[in-house]
This record gives sequence, structure tokens and C-alpha cells, in this order.
Amino acid sequence: MAHGLTHLEELEAEAIHILRETAASYERPVLMYSIGKDSTVLLHLALKAFAPGKLPFPVLHIDTTWKFREMIAFRDATAARLGLDLQVHINREGLAQGISPVTHGSKVHTDVMKTVALRQALSAGRFDAAIGGARRDEEKSRAKERIFSFRDANHRWDPKGQRPELWSLYNPRVHPGESMRVFPLSNWTELDVWLYVWKHRLPVVDLYLARERPVIERDGALIMVDDDRLPLKPGERIEQRRVRFRTLGCYPLSGAIESDADTLEKVIEEMLLARTSERQGRLIDHDQSGSMEEKKREGYF
Amino acid sequence: MTLPTFTAGEDLRGWLERYERLQLMRVLTCGNVDDCKSTLIGRLLHDTGRIYEDHLKALEADSRVHGTTGGGLDLALVVDGLKAEREQGITIDVAWRYFTTARRAFIIADCPGHEQYTRNMATGASHCQLAISLIDARSGVTTQTRRHATIAAMLGIRHVVAAVNKMDLVGWGESRFREIEAEFLGFCTRLGIEHAVALPVSALTGEGVVRRSDVMPWFTGPALLDLLEGVELPGPGDADPFRMPVQVVLRPNLDFRGFAGQVTSGDVRVGDRVRIMPRGTEARVARIARPEEYGGDLDRAQAPESVVLCLDREVDCSRGDVIACFGGTSDMRVGRRIVADLVWMVDAPLVAGQSLLCRVGTRITPARVVRVIHRLKVDTLAHEPAESMGLNDIGRVELECEEPVAFDPYRISRGTGAIVLIDRLSNATAAAGMIRTGDPTERGAHWDDQALDSVSSPVSGVSAAERDARWAQRPCCVLLHGPPNTGKTEAAFALERALWDLGHDAVVLDGQGMRSGLSKDLGFEPGDRSENLRRAAEVARLLMGQGRIVVMSFVAPQDDVRERARALLGPDRCLFVHASDGFDVSGIVAQLAARGLIGRRTSA
Repeated sequence: MAHGLTHLEELEAEAIHILRETAASYERPVLMYSIGKDSTVLLHLALKAFAPGKLPFPVLHIDTTWKFREMIAFRDATAARLGLDLQVHINREGLAQGISPVTHGSKVHTDVMKTVALRQALSAGRFDAAIGGARRDEEKSRAKERIFSFRDANHRWDPKGQRPELWSLYNPRVHPGESMRVFPLSNWTELDVWLYVWKHRLPVVDLYLARERPVIERDGALIMVDDDRLPLKPGERIEQRRVRFRTLGCYPLSGAIESDADTLEKVIEEMLLARTSERQGRLIDHDQSGSMEEKKREGYF
Repeated sequence: MTLPTFTAGEDLRGWLERYERLQLMRVLTCGNVDDCKSTLIGRLLHDTGRIYEDHLKALEADSRVHGTTGGGLDLALVVDGLKAEREQGITIDVAWRYFTTARRAFIIADCPGHEQYTRNMATGASHCQLAISLIDARSGVTTQTRRHATIAAMLGIRHVVAAVNKMDLVGWGESRFREIEAEFLGFCTRLGIEHAVALPVSALTGEGVVRRSDVMPWFTGPALLDLLEGVELPGPGDADPFRMPVQVVLRPNLDFRGFAGQVTSGDVRVGDRVRIMPRGTEARVARIARPEEYGGDLDRAQAPESVVLCLDREVDCSRGDVIACFGGTSDMRVGRRIVADLVWMVDAPLVAGQSLLCRVGTRITPARVVRVIHRLKVDTLAHEPAESMGLNDIGRVELECEEPVAFDPYRISRGTGAIVLIDRLSNATAAAGMIRTGDPTERGAHWDDQALDSVSSPVSGVSAAERDARWAQRPCCVLLHGPPNTGKTEAAFALERALWDLGHDAVVLDGQGMRSGLSKDLGFEPGDRSENLRRAAEVARLLMGQGRIVVMSFVAPQDDVRERARALLGPDRCLFVHASDGFDVSGIVAQLAARGLIGRRTSA
């Protein structure tokens, strides 16, 4: 049999094709950068897609002001190292209102500081396409999302009115004010992402690796105390535990797992032996069944 | 152990290398709404250990509320992702699932069963290499089953598996299964599906899905998963013509100009001759460029790699063009007219005259529906005449693009033979299409095809003035047309004689003469008649280029086709005479003289 591509090479080729289609089809595309492993792979593929040219669009981070400090440091170092046009958006109104995951809970915080913030940033930048690193295997409603996923002028997703997507003949057309969310990693699994990171030696935030970190136990989850903004409830005690994160978000909303995996290989090994999904540590997904779909309809990534 | 579960203590690097090299296979599942398609996929994921504990927990909670299995684990809920689906118990959109076995990495497109979601079935089929069609053992092959098989065949899926489900509800009986198998395989044969097979399963109990079943000892075939792992997928063929639709031109500096795109067919090497389509400009591949940090330049690229090509000369090439291999029978077709099989996917009907946007490769161009050729009756596969196509209809149409496009027949190259039609106002994706031109039974005429840019006409060593001086004539064409047996041929030769006697030089092109050689591949369908006249007109054009008077005798019954010939040859050089006007040879000669096309011969 003729030598074909491996499945990882095929996924890479597909993602690069999608990134180039986006650059060619829109006036103001933007790459959403969330600092996590998926974003890391996405950014690498975007650079590769246009090499030896430069990345033809800016990189946008929605900062909720509650990200791990290490994530912000990693973001800025990455932008400097790769010469990115990095734009950071914070919902200033939300900030002024004092919205925080601690006082308002995960639902309000996520809605105001992520979803609303994202809509603000996309409107302000007049971005007509926003590229994200979401994968279909992450969550049930994501499994049905298109690669080129249409958003109306209010950034809303209509899961029942999605455009059929055939072959790789994407329909990129939008009217002024409308936009497209584009997901080049749609067909990747969590394992594919880690394998790609490992194979290409891509730098990732150290929080993915097991270290001694100060954590408290809250509602059955291990929460890292990243700064002094997290008030302790009665009975809660900060302890040093050897933990790491499978996914990264706002630190009070990201559950750590106890682990000895202090190298990428060990992380992969641990994931292969794991019996729970990566989003299990994400508190925002558990508000209600179908909550991701609700959030996505509102404009969440 | 067929599943590649990683076990503690195993060599990780070795495992990852095996995982990385797994072949990717995209599988479609389709069936009627109550065939338990989602349950089957849930079963595959569950029995291959792909459902995480927290998902399983959510599933148990969902099963109690929405489940149909009396509080037991309802595996369908694993894949019915959207809220409305879980509440209504139907699957309304294509859902993508991922699982891996020791042999393959699978992507499953779970396609909805309702007839109104046929468009989603086409969507899934456009991405997949194999289709699993679920059939309820109690109801057997239905219209929906036929529709799904038809779409799979149209979209070029070569492997179709009928999973005859709910065998538990027919007492695991062989005779019922064989009945359905015979009907299904018979239908697939008519569709020309190369590899069709039927398997008895029960998604609910898992019999025949991941493992072979003990309760059906009469069935000696494989379990579904074994079949999925064992199916041989065609690798990239050596004969596949190279195609790369250009997505983006990269110009980081004055010294670099690279054409970025994904190879959709075949392969290309440094030094290969290529053509930039649709213009046909020729060039050679100078580099397959890749910066050092990504591993350096390549010597060869193959489908479906995404690459950057540099050419050896400055050529006009931009997004929408296709870089294609050079020559032979593998040339791309170029033209404005396309005949395609469509699946119509929006509520408003398709009608002749409608204007849409047509996407082929990376080019999006306005196109007009010339006509609906036929609509397919799915149950009988009969072609019925139609004026329009409605939601979920399958049919054949002729389109006319505003500009010439390069394309291939879909069966030769999917990447350059598939089209998507987009509504110009709503931007909705209105249809998916498979280009058919090139099929001898549906041949159209090539009036609109564009010659390649690289073609130039040689210049004759004899000037028009010299010819005029010798023959006292301007090149022109007389077309004698009308029904058979009206004396066209006799009149043509009489006219040739008359012109000869006056010292002019005329050539006769006769319909029968054309059909005895140059057009012997053509029949008498309108498209063939049109093409026959086009070829004759092209021959006339060449002869006129060398000063001749061409006398043509043809039935040429189509007004529009004659007008095309007139336009090709130049209206002021044409004299068309119909049989009903009578073929008065001296009258025709007088008309030619009156128009200054022939004069009095001045020298011998």
C-alpha cells in the first residue's frame, strides 16, 4: 500500500487548511489565545500555516483578571518570543462592578468577564472571524458544532440553524456585523493535542506539570490559592500538595488533581490511565446539564 | 486484546509512536429515527472504554430523566448532545465522535434519521470513507434506507455496511436477516456500490457490535468493529492527478512568492511541470518550501498535505486558481457550464434562472441555474423530469458560472469535483453538488470551454492580401441547414462547383462526413448535435483562417446552437440558409458578391 499520512499529520494538514481559509476569507480575523495546551497547538499551527510569512492576524486574550499568574507570565513571554501582535481585553465595566468568581459565583463571573468580555472585544475590534482551539471531543454540544460556525450580529449561536458543512468547501460568507467562529482543532482529541505538544516540544504552562502547590479543598475540588484574593471559608486550610491541572482557566474555578506527573510524558501516561474527562475539573461546566450549550448560545467560546 | 488501552508500566514512547501512526478512518452512521443509531455509537464508545466516569455519571442522571430504557443506562444519550434532542428523543444534527482501537483512529459522523435532515446525511457522507446504515430488523429496508444508500453512493462512498439492528426483537432469527440482506445488497448493486455487506446486531445488548455473538451461531461473518478495523482503505493512488487549489499567496519579502494550499489529489515533486488553471499557464515547481524550524523544504508532497509551492517563473496565480499536473488525460476541464448532481438543502426551491454563488475548490463565483435536467426518485432510482428541486431533493442540474472555472468530474477528483451552492442573500449553504461532466452518457457541448492561455495560433506564411489576389475572396462560411432529405448536401456541392468555376476556392463540410470520422463518438441527443456543429464550426474557423470559403451542410436544428456558430465565426462572415427558403445556388453566389465576400478574379 502506498504510504499515506499518519492520523496526526492528517489532522495537522486539515487545521492548517482551515487557518489559511480563514485568513483568505475575512477582512479582520483574530486568533483567540487562552494560554492553555489547545491554544499552544493552535498558535503553533497558525505560525506554520503562513511561514515564512508572518501571522496575518492579531492574537486576542480575554483576561478575566483571575487567571493564574503563571499563565499571564507565560502569555507575555510567548508573545515576546514569537513577536505576536497580542491584544488583551478586560471587561472594565465588570471589573468596576467588582465581579469576581469569589463573590458572584462561577456563572455570573464567567458570563460577565468571559462571555460579555469576548463580545465586547470582538465588536470593538470589528473582528469578522474569531479562531478558537475548541475540540469536538470536549463536550456534547461541541460535538455538533461546525468548523466554520456562524454567529449573528449579537454573537449568538443557533445550534438548530447551522449551515451544512461539506468536504472542506467551507461557506465563509457573513453579512456586515455578523461573524464566524472557526475551530481548526475540531477533530483533535485531548490525546492528539498532548501528543503534538510532546512531539514538537512545544513549551506549555508549568501548571500542567505536578509541583508542590498551595491548595485548599472546596466542594470536593482542590483549588490553588494563587494570590490573596481568595477568602478562606471556615474550616478551610491551605496545604502544600503535589498537584497539577488538566485544564486551565480562572484559578478559583480550576480544580487541580493530585499527581506525580512532573514531565510531559508522565502527564500523557496519567491521562491514558485516567478514568475521568479533562473538563471534570472545570467547575463552570457543572452548573446544569446542557450548560455549555446555554453558554455557547450566549456567545461563549 | 484488540483495544489499545494503555496499561501502567507499558513503554509510553512505543505506545505513542504506534498511536501516532494509526490510520485515520472516517465513518458515517445513518438510519431511521427509531433504529437506535445513537445507541449503537454509544455502545461502540462504551464497549471500547471511551466513556469517562464523569460522563457516565451524567449519563446515569440523564437516563433517569430522559431515558427510554426504564431507568437503565440509555447509551443513546451519550451522543444526543443538544438539549432539544435529549428532550425530544431525536438526533437533529451531525455529531462527531472519536475513538481509537489498536488498528485505527476513528472519527464517527452520527447522522440524523429524519427525512428533513437528509442534508446532514450528505454532510456526513462528504467526509467519510465508510457508511453504516442501520436497519430495524422488524421494518426492514425503508425509503430512508434507500435514500441514505443513494446519497452514500452519490458522494462516492465505496463501503456500505447494513447493520441490521434489534435482532433481539426478531428472536435472533436468520431468515429475517437474510431477507433484509438480499434486498439491501440488491439495491446497493444497482447503485454501483463496490463493497456492500450486511451484519446482524443488537445495539441494545451489544451482540455483534464489538464482539461476535454467541446467540447467532448461524452468522459466520465478523462483528461490526472487526469489520471497521479490517476494511482496506484505498491509499493515495499513483495515478491520481495532482491538484492543489491555491488558498493564499505568501509574499513575506521580495525574494519569496509561495502558493499555499492543501493537496487534494495526487502528489507533486520538485521539478514537476504544472499548469495554473483555469488559464493553463505552464510552470515548474521550484521548491516545496518549509522553513528550517519546521523541518526544512520537502522533495515531494502528497494529498492531503498542506504545503507551500514556489514556481520557477513569475506567473499570474492567486486564490481560486488550481495548480495541477501537466498534460495527458489528467487535464482539468475548464468552462463556464457545469452539469452536477445536487442535494438541495434549503426550504426555498431551486428553479431555472436562479442565481447563486458556486464554490469549487477555493473559488467562489456567481452561477445561474440553466435548467433542472431531472430529479431522482429514490425508491426506484428513476429519473423524473422536473422544473424545480425542493428541500432534500436529489437531482441533476446544469449551471452556468459567470467566469470560466477549472474542475474535474467528482469521481476522478473529489477536491476539485465537488461544489457547494450558497444563497446570495441569506448566505445559507443551499446545495452540495458533485460535478459529472466528462461522463460520455451526459456529454454536453464545449462551446464555453476556454482554450488554455499557453496555446497560441501559429501565423501562416501566406498573407490575406496574397490570398485575396489569387482567389478574389474573403474567408467566409455558408451554412445550408434543415431537415434530412431536403437537398442540403447536393446544394453544397453545387455551390462548391459554382465557386470553383468562378475561380474561387471552397471546401465542403458535411454533417454525414463529420459523423463518419471526427464526430463518430457523438449521437443525436441535443448535446451531441450541438457538439457536432461546434466541431464543424471549429474546423471551418481553421479553414477560414487560411482564406477558404467553407460550405457547410448540417441538420443544425437548434436555433441557439446555430447562433453560437455564427458568433464563433463572425456574423459578417456568415451566410445561413434554411431549406425552407430553397437552396438557390446562383442566388447565394450573388449574395456573397453583394456582401463583398467574393469578387471578380483579376489574375490567372
